[in-house]
Amino acid sequence: MATVEVRHLTKRFEGNATPAVDDLDLITGEGEYLVLLGPSGCGKTTLLRLIAGLEQPTSGEVFIGGEPMVGLPPRARRIAMVFQSYALYPHKTARKNIEFPLRAAGVAAEERAKKVEWAAELLGITRLLDRRPRHLSGGERQRVALARALVREPDVFLLDEPLSNLDAKLRATARDDLKQFQDRVDTTTIYVTHDQVEAMGLGDRIAVMAEGRIRQLGTPFEVYDDPADTFVATFLGSPPMNMVEREDVIVGFRPESLLPKGVVDGGPEAVDVAFEVSRVEYLGAERQVVGTVEGLGPPTRVIAVLPANVSVAVPAGEVSDFVVRASDLRFFDKTTGLRLPRRHP
Amino acid sequence: MSVGAPEAGALRAGRRQPRYLLDREGLLGPLLLMPAVVYILALVAVPFFLAIGFSLSDVTVGDPSFDYVGLRNFRAVLRDPVFLRALRNSLFITVVTMVLVLVLGKVLALVLVKDFRGKWLVRFLVLLPWTTPVSLATIAWLWLLDSLFSPIDWTLRRLGLLEGNLHWLGNDTLAMVSVIAVQVWRIVPLAAVIISAGLAAIPQDINDAAEVDGAGFWRKLFQVTIPLTAPVMAVATLFGAILVFTDLSVVYVLTRGGPVDATQTLPTWAFFRGIQGGDLAQGAAVALFLFPVLLAMAVLILRAVRRMETM
Repeated sequence: MATVEVRHLTKRFEGNATPAVDDLDLITGEGEYLVLLGPSGCGKTTLLRLIAGLEQPTSGEVFIGGEPMVGLPPRARRIAMVFQSYALYPHKTARKNIEFPLRAAGVAAEERAKKVEWAAELLGITRLLDRRPRHLSGGERQRVALARALVREPDVFLLDEPLSNLDAKLRATARDDLKQFQDRVDTTTIYVTHDQVEAMGLGDRIAVMAEGRIRQLGTPFEVYDDPADTFVATFLGSPPMNMVEREDVIVGFRPESLLPKGVVDGGPEAVDVAFEVSRVEYLGAERQVVGTVEGLGPPTRVIAVLPANVSVAVPAGEVSDFVVRASDLRFFDKTTGLRLPRRHP
Repeated sequence: MSVGAPEAGALRAGRRQPRYLLDREGLLGPLLLMPAVVYILALVAVPFFLAIGFSLSDVTVGDPSFDYVGLRNFRAVLRDPVFLRALRNSLFITVVTMVLVLVLGKVLALVLVKDFRGKWLVRFLVLLPWTTPVSLATIAWLWLLDSLFSPIDWTLRRLGLLEGNLHWLGNDTLAMVSVIAVQVWRIVPLAAVIISAGLAAIPQDINDAAEVDGAGFWRKLFQVTIPLTAPVMAVATLFGAILVFTDLSVVYVLTRGGPVDATQTLPTWAFFRGIQGGDLAQGAAVALFLFPVLLAMAVLILRAVRRMETM
């Protein structure tokens, strides 16, 4: 086991004005599951590739287990990587794929066979070992790729969007498997994704990235409940945090914090607002109510999410009384977008 | 709608007009295929069947009347020691050339897929032998291999490695070496371009995975790159082998099959027999021996490619 640390890491690609990774600092904990989350093009995959040694940084340092890594090839870094496409060798059977890193490391045949069996059993793919990738389903390929990463018993796992090639149904079970896998192997893991549900579900901590920088690093609860700036606030959550622009400050609140009056006992800190509903979408487990809210600043279009057990009628085209608890309001600086200390509305 | 109706009617009527004829696939398809079919019939099928006809006759340049003689020409050809030598030489030249072409083509392809300064110039120079007409290029080689003024000999003399001249084309072994060298020189660019296309088609993820998995250069080459480019390498082999096996110009310009048939090949022997010797019937019989060899080669390689691709 080892920690990964990057210091002042910068990567510029030729011909690009802005760096892909911009003076970035990050330290993982021992055995931590760290998720790099951000929109496409935010530099999360580049950061992972810099850690893997598949790209060389323009400047800055990478440490794995305290050892400086810049300049070392990937094979000298004691890492294992799972790629978005799984990158299985198409001409080799699953067994040969899993075995490949062991062969490269010069492990004896007997030992190799034992380790392949162990990894295959851990991931439940023993009966698939003699098939070629072409004859495996997406989920099975993912397991083979994980097994190939696992057999080397690396210090660090690097996973690059390993679920994005699976269809939605499979993704839920694969995510579950991935979590169990992580709990069992207990190795420091850096996981890249653009899917916030994956990030929230899997990560011990989430690093939310944009434009080559980390905007916020924290537990799923912290980044969701207390976003560091307006980018994090609107990137996380679906639908995203509602933003009301006042003259001096931006007020944000989550769609699920806006509820019909009477449903919640807001107490003394409840803020009464008028909500002019324009459209209601029934989504089964919840209702999404789109409308214009008044009472927190200038009238602004927002979305409220009502869970299925809130059955109050919210007719479209009418103004209803809603409340937000003051403790659910977040304040952001209007020019920098950074979060401000809490205050009374 | 009352305004639109007559127009729609006109449109329907127009459908039958000649300018819509080309919209009919049943007509357009054969029309577009026609040039290719005419070309193949006129330049491949007719000569091929003419050759079969000639090989079963006693047609000569002096007596073009067609008399059927059965397999007499083939029997005569098979008894001819020069023919057997030509067949052996053709196979030898093709096999040795293709082995060298594959190795050198692979090396060049590995260079060509890398990004480096001046890549366009290297690529241009690599492709140059391929774009030069074979006969012109071979004449240049003829000068390079001249018995007295060969620049190769001159360089070797200057380096103190040689006294006198090598007489490249006057010695059995060196003449064979020369022919193979020129064939390799002109086929390698084609192979390099085909193989580099295959290399470029390997997903970057696979290359990255091999790096992360700890494979060094040779392991990556033999366990990942070569297996994944095997189909295109087979195709390059097929193309190259056909070009070398059927080539007349290189041997004709360099050695005329000499010295004393040491570099005689099937195409040159067919040419000397049929055209220069005037015995069209025997020439045709010699040339027809190319066909089963090429057919077998093509079938074997294409079948192997299909097997590799459905793996």
